[in-house]
Amino acid sequence: MMSESYLPAGMPAPVPSGDGLDLAYWQGTRRGELLVQRCGGCGTWQWGPEWLCHRCQSFNMQWQQIAGNGLIYSWERPWHPVHLALADMGPYTVVLVELPEAGNIRMIGNLLGPADQEVVIGAAVEAVFEPHDDADTPYTLVQWRAR
Amino acid sequence: MSGRSIRGKVAVAGIGETTYYKHGKSPNAEFALALQAILRACEDAGIKPQEVDGLASYSNDRSDPSRIAAALGMPDLRFSNMQWGGGGGGVAAAVANGSAAIAAGYADCVVVFRALAQGQFRRFGQGAPDPTVSGDAAYMAPYGVMSPAQKYGMRATRFMHDYGVKNDTLRAIAMASYQHAQSNPRAVMHGRPLDGETYDNSRWIVEPINRLFDCCQENDGAAALLLVSAERAKDLRQKPAYVLGAAQGSDHRCGAPVMNATNFASSSFATVAPRLYETAGVSPNDIDVVQSYENFTTGVLMAVVEHGFCAPEEANEFFTLENLSAPTGRMPLNTSGGNLAECYMHGLGLQLEAVRQIRGQSCNQIPNAKLAMNIAGPMVTPVSSLIMGSEETL
Repeated sequence: MMSESYLPAGMPAPVPSGDGLDLAYWQGTRRGELLVQRCGGCGTWQWGPEWLCHRCQSFNMQWQQIAGNGLIYSWERPWHPVHLALADMGPYTVVLVELPEAGNIRMIGNLLGPADQEVVIGAAVEAVFEPHDDADTPYTLVQWRAR
Repeated sequence: MSGRSIRGKVAVAGIGETTYYKHGKSPNAEFALALQAILRACEDAGIKPQEVDGLASYSNDRSDPSRIAAALGMPDLRFSNMQWGGGGGGVAAAVANGSAAIAAGYADCVVVFRALAQGQFRRFGQGAPDPTVSGDAAYMAPYGVMSPAQKYGMRATRFMHDYGVKNDTLRAIAMASYQHAQSNPRAVMHGRPLDGETYDNSRWIVEPINRLFDCCQENDGAAALLLVSAERAKDLRQKPAYVLGAAQGSDHRCGAPVMNATNFASSSFATVAPRLYETAGVSPNDIDVVQSYENFTTGVLMAVVEHGFCAPEEANEFFTLENLSAPTGRMPLNTSGGNLAECYMHGLGLQLEAVRQIRGQSCNQIPNAKLAMNIAGPMVTPVSSLIMGSEETL
């Protein structure tokens, strides 16, 4: 099945790291679930994936599902392509999204919508799953759209 | 002053660089460039290459120290050192590491060098061609976040948002570098002045913070500087530029993955800069001239603020071409043309320029410059910075 993606085909495809650290995240996105880390010791939310809690140094990091409601913390719009797949793309929008529901951890994604849309820091966004079913190893990206 | 400070114990006695080329234009191999720069630093100091007994670099420089030691006929390689991580953020730390080795007695004559032929190897400004990515890159590259401009852009967007900083500040930083390069015959952009209209009409690399002229060049070349003890430096042919203080590192969770640094809207100098001033025993008001690594003008903006030259709320008034221009500006900046307009020698060219200012040999000399600030590549981690001074500052 062809799936529609924000960026063109041929972009680097994510694969779980060889040590298993973030396998749960990538498996979760395939099911349409957004899983992030939370310390089983002190309850601190943490992103990106790490073996140890940065706050209490517990190794008991758990995966917890969140709704994916966030706020735009920062943004950028690359115009100059640095990858062959982007050569004819034109500008695209990247957002750094803060998640108040998960201790204000931040996640990176594209902001779906027209490339010239106004981006407002603090605006509310929600997670959208973007499956890449045709990839050699299928994967799903988490993207963001205004809510 | 603590007995553990580096202050006044070590001096730069020699500097050297190759011709600076646009990327891909060097007729010589990267390793040959490294040797040329090192030999020129020795010649400048009046020291035989065989007297060098230490080598220090950063950013995983490809020119192996043992190969250099063999090529130079060094009878006793006593110190070899690579500053870990941080890319161009390590340039001042490499000078600091070499200085520390001399102060500790590990070596007597350390050359700090960087050789970079981006035309012969992968360019920093290009995404890696790998079809798959894992680790941190898996959360960035699939979204089109691959080059340094893209990886550091959102720090600056947020900083400028938080403090109401206008893009005119970035324009002033870019124009100061190009203005200074016009009187520097070594500069790749010598003879290619930048006017405000050209800057304003230049294309976005990353909106809303990096136009073309806000981004460093990509170059081929090499640079080196030679360190000896303060006592030894007094007997050599050049006026010594003393290391007054140096600091490296980064603040709380600066390297937290996927842009989760605690202090994200930052150049990573929040704790490093205060340590630098403490060890050097000077304050921002004492500094005569600033060499601040331009990966992007945004990094200069944040790093200069974090080194206390102005408050973030004052940035719009502070960062003007007049204030940043040699010789009379309030804070003359990047007086060789810097990474933007002299050469992207991964920041080592800026360190050499600080030495020239202390010696009185700059193409854009600040009259009677006694204290020069060197700020290494901002926004990465670890970062580093260093202050050099003339003998009268000791």
